[in-house]
Amino acid sequence: MQILFMILAAIALSSGVLVVFQRHPLRSALYLILNFFAVAGMYLLAHAEFIAAVQIIVYAGAIMVLFLFVIMLLNLRQPEEEAKPPHILQKISGITLAVFVALLLIYGFTQAKLPAPGKEAAAGLGNTEAIARALFTDYLLPFEVTSVLLLVAIVGAVVLAKQKLK
Amino acid sequence: MSVTIPSFTLSSIGPWLTLTVGAIFLLLLDALSPKGRKAYFPQLSLVALGIAALQTYCLWGRSGTDFARMIYLDNFSFFFYFIFILGTALTVMLSRQYLEDWGKNLGEYYALVLFATAGMMLMASSAHFIMIFLGLEVMSIAVYVLAGLFREDFKSNEAALKYLILGAFSSAFLLFGMAMLYGAAGGTLYLPDLAARLTDKAFVSTPLALLAVALLIVGFGFKVASFPFHMWTPDVYEGAPTSVTAFMAVGVKAAAFAAFARVFFLVFPSLKVDWVMVLWVLAVATMTIGNVTAIAQTNIKRMLAYSSIAHAGYLMVGLVAANQLGAVSLLYYLLAYTLMNLGAFGVVILVGRKKDAYLNIYDYSGLGAQHPVLAATMALFMFALAGIPPTAGFVGKFYLFSAAVQAGFIWLAILGVMNSLVSVYYYLRITVLMYMKPAEADLGPVAFSPATTAVLVATAVGVLWAGVFPGFLYNLAVNSVKIFPGM
Repeated sequence: MQILFMILAAIALSSGVLVVFQRHPLRSALYLILNFFAVAGMYLLAHAEFIAAVQIIVYAGAIMVLFLFVIMLLNLRQPEEEAKPPHILQKISGITLAVFVALLLIYGFTQAKLPAPGKEAAAGLGNTEAIARALFTDYLLPFEVTSVLLLVAIVGAVVLAKQKLK
Repeated sequence: MSVTIPSFTLSSIGPWLTLTVGAIFLLLLDALSPKGRKAYFPQLSLVALGIAALQTYCLWGRSGTDFARMIYLDNFSFFFYFIFILGTALTVMLSRQYLEDWGKNLGEYYALVLFATAGMMLMASSAHFIMIFLGLEVMSIAVYVLAGLFREDFKSNEAALKYLILGAFSSAFLLFGMAMLYGAAGGTLYLPDLAARLTDKAFVSTPLALLAVALLIVGFGFKVASFPFHMWTPDVYEGAPTSVTAFMAVGVKAAAFAAFARVFFLVFPSLKVDWVMVLWVLAVATMTIGNVTAIAQTNIKRMLAYSSIAHAGYLMVGLVAANQLGAVSLLYYLLAYTLMNLGAFGVVILVGRKKDAYLNIYDYSGLGAQHPVLAATMALFMFALAGIPPTAGFVGKFYLFSAAVQAGFIWLAILGVMNSLVSVYYYLRITVLMYMKPAEADLGPVAFSPATTAVLVATAVGVLWAGVFPGFLYNLAVNSVKIFPGM
C-alpha cells in the first residue's frame, strides 16, 4: 500500500510539474491526463471507488476531450510571439512565496492532529450507496442547489454564445 | 434498506425558492413568447422580488437551522436578504432603459440577475461551508456572464474574462481553506460544529487552522475587492455594463461580507488575535490604495470602482472591531452603501446616455446649470459617499469608526477618518465640475425614464432618511447580530 501510494504520488507530482513547464499546450494537456489517472489511483487506495471512477470519467474523459478539442480548433502549433520573460524580481518573489507557502503547508500537516479515519461504510453498503445516501439525506439542499448552479452555467453559456453579432 | 429524508419546511428557503422559480419562469417565458413582446420582464422580476421580500418579512424573527442543518434561519440572514432584494430591485429598474439603448434587452439578463440574488441569499444564510461555496458560485457565474453581456464591446469581453479567471482562482483559495479547516477541526464543515470545536485549545494552536484562516481571507478578500486582491476591480467595473457594475458593487460585496462576517464572528472568535491584526493591515491598505488611486481617475466608472475598493476598507473596520457596534455598523453601512452607490450609478447611466457616450468626469461640467435637479441628486450621492452629514454615509462611517475606538483601535479610526478626508477631494471634484465649470459642450436632453427617475428619488430619499433617522435601521441591525457570541 505504502509503496503504491509513493509511486502514484511521484507520478502525480512529476506530471503536475510537467504540465506547467511544457511549451506546447497539447503536451500539457496530455500530462494533465496522466496526473488525473495517478490521482484516481490514490482515491482507489483510500477506498473511495466512486470518486476514482468519477475522476476518470469526468475529468480524464469528458473535460480533457473538451480541452483537446479547443486546443486543436485554435490550432496553437506555435506561440505566435514569444511571451515576455518575467522580470527577475518577479521570479525571485514568486519562488520565495511558493517555497514559503510549501514550508508552511508541510509544517501545518506535520503538526496537525488529524482525526481517526472515518468509519467504514455500513455493512452491506457499497461506497456508491453510502455517497448516494448522504446526498439525499444530509446533503439534500446542496445537491439541489448544484442543479441550479449547472442551470445558471448553461444559461450563461447560451447567452454569451448565441448573441447575434452585428 | 430504507432511507429517511430529514424533515424540512420549504418556507424556510421561501425567498430563495421564489427567486429561483421566478428566474426559471422568465427563461421559459422568454423562449415561448413571440419576438418583440418582452417588455414586461423587469416588471415580472420586480414581482418576484416583491414576493421574496414579503416572505422574508414573514420569516423575520425565526431562528434555528433547517434542511439537515444546512441553512440558518436568523435575523442576520434576513437583514441581508432585504439588502439583496433592495439592491436587485433598484438594479432591475435601472436596467431596462440602459439595455434598450444597447439593444440588449434580453429576458436572460433578468433571469441571471435573479439567479445571482438567489446565490447571495444562500451565502448569507449558509450553515455549512459547502453551502457558502455553492452560493458563491451561483452568484459568481451569473455575474461573470452579466459582465460580458455586451459581446461587441471589447471592454465588456475583457471584464468578463478577467473576472472569470481571477474569480475561479480565488474560489480555489476559498476551497483550499475549507479543506484545511476540515482537517484542523477533525472532519466537519458545519459552522456550529466548527464553532464548538475551535474553542478547544488543541485545535486553535494548530497551524492548519491558521492556514485555513489565511486562505479564507484570500477567498473572501477577492470578492469584497480588498487590497491586495483588488487589481481586477477597476477593469471589471469599467468594462461591465453600468447596470451590472452597480449590481456588482452593492450585491456581490454585501454577499461576500455576509459570509465573511458570519464565518469570522461565529467560527473563529477564538483565533481573533491572529486574524484581527491581518485584517487591520488589510483594511488600512485597502482604504488608502482605493482613495489615493481614485484621485487620478478621469473615467467616472473607474473612479467609482476605486471608491468601492475604499469602501471595502471602511467596511473591514467593522470586522476588525469585532464587537457589537462593529457588526451593527457593518450591516448599517452595507445598506447605506447600497442606496448611495446605486443612486450614483443611476446618475452615471442617465448622463452616459446612448451607449455610454459620456463617461468622462469632465462630461459632468455644467450639469448644474443644464439639469439642476439631476446635478443636485448626484451631489447628494457624492456627499453621502464622502461621509458628510446629514446623509447615511456619515452615520455609517460614524458607527464604523466609533466601533473601532470602542474596541481599542484608535489608530485605525484615525487612519479611517484621514482616508475619508482624502476621499472628499475626488467626490467633491464632481460637484465642483457640475456647478462651477462651464459646460464644454451642450449636454443635450437627458432621457429621464420613469423607472430610472423612481430609482433616483427612492435612493435620494433613502440616503437622507437613513442619515437623519438612523434609529430604525440601527435597532434592526442590533437585533440581527445577536446570534454572534458576545454580541
